[in-house]
Amino acid sequence: MSDSPQPVGPASDRPRVGLFVTCLVDVFRPNIGFAAVKLLEDAGCRVEVPDLQTCCGQPAYNSGDAADARVLARQVIEAFEGFDYVVGASGSCMGMLHTHYPRLFENDARWRARANALADRCHELLSFLHDVRGVREVRARYDSTVTYHDSCSGLRELGVQRQPRALLASVEGLGLRELEDSNVCCGFGGTFCVKYPAISEKMVTDKANHVIRSGAGTLLGGDLGCLLNMAGRLRRMGSPVRVYHAAEVLAGMTDVPPIGDGEASS
Amino acid sequence: MSDARARILADVRAALRRTEPLPPSVARGLEQRVAAPQANVQPAVDGDVVERFVAKMTAVNGLVTRLPDRSGISAALEAHCERHHVPTDIVVAPDPALDDIAWSNRFSIERRAARGEDRLSVTGAYAGIAETGTLVLLSGPESPTSLNFLPDDHVVVLDARRVVRHIEDAWATLRSERRTMPRTVNLITGPSKTGDIEQKIHEGAHGPRRLHVLLIG
Amino acid sequence: MSGPAPRSRDFERRAYVEIHNPNLQEAMGLAKQGFVGKRASAVAAVPEWEQLRAAGREIKEHTLAHLDWYLERFEAKVRENGGHVHWASTAEEACRIVVDLCRAAGARRVTKGKSMVAEEIGLNEALADAGLERVETDLGEYIIQLADEPPSHIIAPAVHKTKDQVSDLFHRHHRQYGLTERQTEGPALVAEAREVLREKFLTADVGITGANFLVAETGSTVIVTNEGNGDLTNTLPRVHIVTAGIEKVIPTLDDTATILRLLARSATGQEMSVYTTFSTGPRRASDLDGPSEMHVVLIDNGRSQMLGNEFHHMLRCIRCGACMNHCPVYTAVGGHTYGWVYVGPMGSVLTPLMIGIEDSGHLPNACTMNGRCAEVCPMQIPLPDLLRVHRERQHASRLDAPRARMMLRAWAFLARRPALYRRVVDLGARALAMLGRRRGRLRWLPLAGGWTGSRDLPAPQGETFTRAWRAGRRPR
Repeated sequence: MSDSPQPVGPASDRPRVGLFVTCLVDVFRPNIGFAAVKLLEDAGCRVEVPDLQTCCGQPAYNSGDAADARVLARQVIEAFEGFDYVVGASGSCMGMLHTHYPRLFENDARWRARANALADRCHELLSFLHDVRGVREVRARYDSTVTYHDSCSGLRELGVQRQPRALLASVEGLGLRELEDSNVCCGFGGTFCVKYPAISEKMVTDKANHVIRSGAGTLLGGDLGCLLNMAGRLRRMGSPVRVYHAAEVLAGMTDVPPIGDGEASS
Repeated sequence: MSDARARILADVRAALRRTEPLPPSVARGLEQRVAAPQANVQPAVDGDVVERFVAKMTAVNGLVTRLPDRSGISAALEAHCERHHVPTDIVVAPDPALDDIAWSNRFSIERRAARGEDRLSVTGAYAGIAETGTLVLLSGPESPTSLNFLPDDHVVVLDARRVVRHIEDAWATLRSERRTMPRTVNLITGPSKTGDIEQKIHEGAHGPRRLHVLLIG
Repeated sequence: MSGPAPRSRDFERRAYVEIHNPNLQEAMGLAKQGFVGKRASAVAAVPEWEQLRAAGREIKEHTLAHLDWYLERFEAKVRENGGHVHWASTAEEACRIVVDLCRAAGARRVTKGKSMVAEEIGLNEALADAGLERVETDLGEYIIQLADEPPSHIIAPAVHKTKDQVSDLFHRHHRQYGLTERQTEGPALVAEAREVLREKFLTADVGITGANFLVAETGSTVIVTNEGNGDLTNTLPRVHIVTAGIEKVIPTLDDTATILRLLARSATGQEMSVYTTFSTGPRRASDLDGPSEMHVVLIDNGRSQMLGNEFHHMLRCIRCGACMNHCPVYTAVGGHTYGWVYVGPMGSVLTPLMIGIEDSGHLPNACTMNGRCAEVCPMQIPLPDLLRVHRERQHASRLDAPRARMMLRAWAFLARRPALYRRVVDLGARALAMLGRRRGRLRWLPLAGGWTGSRDLPAPQGETFTRAWRAGRRPR
């Protein structure tokens, strides 16, 4: 690593960041990945996207399949060794890497050490920008009132709460209206939403009603799984509220249709 | 039944990876912990304990009347009965500490345990706790527990010098003043309440509808 | 183990019914707002909250690590004070002990304070089978006794009932006492229950209560109530019987003080519940009231089996109900959906341990792992982690749903082969994007009815991130 070229300043000033894309962003919303790259580069990071990443293994882990989760965790740990930081635009996936990987290897000293080393270096995107890189404002404009849903894993496993709000406050034209019960689960829960669709529907309907009652024109959040769920429900209910990942707004990359909208409806 | 006792203790020990009772060295440590209890974390209670007690008791809808001395007790009780339309047939705990009260002759007084139809009781209290506005009442021949629960109105005469900061202070006093626990220790924080119908609080569920502390001194 | 017959297999169907039950939704809506807000204010008012939680946890962990000693110490102290201690390994044993005590007392009418362990062991049925008249005295318990239903919450057993439903119940059942007018206001309903139950209190032969704590220092059993019903139950009858799980013992009165500070705030948002009562043995020789006999029944019923593994955390539970009040699944489906005595997150951990995972497989799975329960648990019980342990056990014994198992295996198969994974997701993303190109979403998708039954599926943008990145195609 010490041999790699350092165009500006010492390495510590321009840390090498491995982007954990997340499987949902990869497939459903590449725009969030590019927004993350832009925000990280604007914050002085060199961003790389390791080839070998697929899924963090959380679906297996939360379904009681620790063996498969371990296989995938090893794959992620190997792919991301050597970076100064590992960053992803999802509190849920990064919580998996940060909080749960070390537990997966409780009885395996060698892998536990590697998991701990990864855990120490991995961060959710918005909290990384704010807490580690000291970003206090972004150059972006978004003319709308927005409301913000706190996704559970980011909030409770990684303490992501004030950072997105602080960054969003610097976006020109944006006004934040707090969402009632913003810290209550939207009913996504990974495989939960398809295993218990009736309960999930009730939860996401409550959430959508809070969003609608907030009067905001846009709903933001930090986790694509929850956003797909809420956008899908809002659309089915006929609500015009637009849904974006907070990173897209912070990066000024809202020229693409909102989540769940097409060329025809935007 | 003793089979069950042996089985449960054996199962507990097995779960704790033991087959025998704790070795004496460990047991002595536990005996020590129980014999000389230590307070754990206590929320800060700043300022005057009596004022705090009054504020907290009032906050939970307990009534508090401060009296400079015991000569005002009878009048305070007359006022209570008038205000809340309570008959003046009252039951006073057979507590020698209440013998000195100069009752107005409006009152018809019995000194006994409570009965179902009693409307108002007067009892003493062992202590008050400033932290939460809680009364400590001990059962005994002079202070039957039923007086604390059956009547509609429960009037408690509390000496302000008996107000302590935390409940742990009351336990310490109790340990030093008495060798054993009475049958019943009641910690009472306000009048009887229920929230069982649509989570709305209603007073006077089964116990007293009104709790009135006459705080002396 | 026994206890009431489980109906947890029916979870999914029952959930559907309750979500569409307007009475339940109205009642739960009120409860959710009340409990959550009151707890939050009460906790915010105590700067020492986190230290209290840590201290509470430490007290319980210490006691559990020496549980045999503390149980024996407690027993010795109860006896010293003239009380009796009985031990029960199973639910049946516990019920038999209580019934025998009632019979020995020549009892006909038994008043009961709220006790979750009594529900757990199926004591109500046992008392009925023995021909005893059982009167529940906690207002919530009384309401559900009239309705012939089990509790739906561990501290607010009738939380699922609206005021209107209570009016109907009282109107129907109180006629026999000459109370014929249908009361509709809260205070009048409370007053009516007070009047009816007062007579029962005064004429009961035996009073049965649970215990929030058993104090080893003094041999005291402790109950915490707001109504005063527990105190009339343990003071007026000739015999007082306490049913308590063996995990309820803690060392000293000072330790109760710490946990009491956590309990009421977590449960109802009060600093202290109205009545906290320490009962130590029967009435003393010179006392003017109080029971002349006092019995404590110590119940294991599977607890010792939890002690030696990761589920020992659950033995710290003080039954405050905060986890269920904050659980979005519980507040959506109500307590009866869980199909057994314990409900919400704590129930989803405990029930499989007590009735077997075969009969309760849904419970650990019907959770989004959102973590709100653990966040508010005063005893720092890692509830989602314990639910995951259940899932691991289900997976290991192939008790998880076959279809979900197959899909996950397929996903894992792909995800561990990055090259193959890339080809599949690139293709999938493009196909889905094409299907949803115009509207940006899909209203229906084969095999995804669980999702598209109630929400659209936002369509992928088209090219995957990885493919675009590798090709150097960045927006703008």
